[in-house]
Amino acid sequence: MPLIEFQDFSFKYYGADFLALKKVNLTINEGEYVIITGPSGCGKTTLCRTINGLVPQFHRGYIAGNVIVDGMNTREHTVAEMATIAGLVFQQPENQLVTLNVEKEIAFGPENLGVDPVEVRRRVEELISLLDLEHLRDKHPHEMSGGEQQRVAIASTLALKPKILVADEPTSNLDPKSAELILDIISKLNKRDMTVILVEHRLDLVSKDASRIVLMDRGRIVADGSPREILVMDLCQEIGVGVPKATLVYKSLRKRGIDLESVPLTGEELANLVKEAA
Amino acid sequence: MIILENVHFAYDGIYTALQGVSLQIGDGERVAIMGTNGAGKTTLVKQLNGLLRPHRGRVFLDGVDTKRYSVAELAREIGLVMQNPDHQLFLDSVEKEILFGLKQLGFSSEDARVRCEKTLSNLGLEHLSERSPFTLSGGERKRVALASVLATEPRVLVLDEPTIGQDAKQKENLAQMLQDLNEKGRTVIVVTHDIEFVIENFPRTIAMANGTIVADGPTNSVLSNDDVIVRCSLTAPQLTIAARSIHSVFPEVPERLTLLSNLEGEIVRVLRGV
Repeated sequence: MPLIEFQDFSFKYYGADFLALKKVNLTINEGEYVIITGPSGCGKTTLCRTINGLVPQFHRGYIAGNVIVDGMNTREHTVAEMATIAGLVFQQPENQLVTLNVEKEIAFGPENLGVDPVEVRRRVEELISLLDLEHLRDKHPHEMSGGEQQRVAIASTLALKPKILVADEPTSNLDPKSAELILDIISKLNKRDMTVILVEHRLDLVSKDASRIVLMDRGRIVADGSPREILVMDLCQEIGVGVPKATLVYKSLRKRGIDLESVPLTGEELANLVKEAA
Repeated sequence: MIILENVHFAYDGIYTALQGVSLQIGDGERVAIMGTNGAGKTTLVKQLNGLLRPHRGRVFLDGVDTKRYSVAELAREIGLVMQNPDHQLFLDSVEKEILFGLKQLGFSSEDARVRCEKTLSNLGLEHLSERSPFTLSGGERKRVALASVLATEPRVLVLDEPTIGQDAKQKENLAQMLQDLNEKGRTVIVVTHDIEFVIENFPRTIAMANGTIVADGPTNSVLSNDDVIVRCSLTAPQLTIAARSIHSVFPEVPERLTLLSNLEGEIVRVLRGV
């Protein structure tokens, strides 16, 4: 059974005059690392909100079709119930942090779900070590850099032990090094069997880690496949997706009659392919 | 001409966000400010329009100390788009949001309407003009905030992280608009982590770390300095990484290539052996 299944799902926010999602069919299995990308306003964030039930339980609107997550129909379960299955991380960590220090922040979610205090303590310690937060333990979120805040936000999301991590542009406010660190953490979590769904524009940073890219445009899924299949499609440039520069070089070389062995996603891969071909 | 002279600033005296920053930006320049989270970039640009005032040091606009001006007066000359659009947007339609600034600055209603329409279309927002900004996506809200300032064509444009949430096509549109305004003599200053956007559009880069300027000069030389890259938590762009790696085997390929067409040309030469 797939972990996430969108069945002909459409959604229109109350008060909006267009559909945010149009007949979306999408199946995601346990352990996948899926990047959702597409032009601004194409429905990526709505799709994320759908996976943990924020749509339609919190963001109300008109629905058709179903979303089944871990066997639960999101029409029938509260956000609190879904939160232990799918954890959401947002672009602005400060919108997500609510307490006065890192320990309390991580404990906040499980405490609210009535998890045994001993278990809460265990999770807090485990996440502080996993996300390298020891030096921040007693700090107020406002005393931290954006990258540190985002690590705390991820930790507090993971404290609910979700099967799925949904991250909606988690690095867009971060400097490149901090962004790399967050993306490395996400990739590491995926290797430890976490299913990851990541919304991202900067495909040059993430394509190498992902197993799959889902391309959206105007509320629809317009392409779905491995990064190397998707990023060479002209459709990407037509709808305005930021194809990694290394992949663009591959494409323009091909137009000039030079076929490299495979599709590069990073600068190193491109350089190695050129060295092999020479 | 903007001059900062040894500017210091601390939030609530807790930590020092700017520790003696001095710089000069001439009329009609295009300048990028880059650096780690918490380096002081946003604090720096808020000094320019008086949202924050230096605790020590001075800020001059055309030779006059800006402490003589109110924020409202400075806003006529210096338009700031903040990093988070939600700190800036407050009206219930995109069109009203754009018209608000234009009216405050005294544009006639007809002129304001023309500017509003043109800006909306340049930023791909025309189909959203009646919508409430709060129902838009993050990337769209960011473009509304940009439009509300770009429409007024201030003499100095200061954009804090303008490319956040923007896809490749929107980034190109934005770059084009900034170039057009620059050709009309406007000064453009951006704060950004987007190294490719900087390389393609900004001839000068100021790199910051820990409340100080660590490098200020032509973009190509600032961003190919490994020390700057490390201190400012930047990562080298893909093309530079590829060029360096190819250079290590084929020394005839320059290691400092930042434009796609140049690297492509070099690869063709290497592979065709000419």
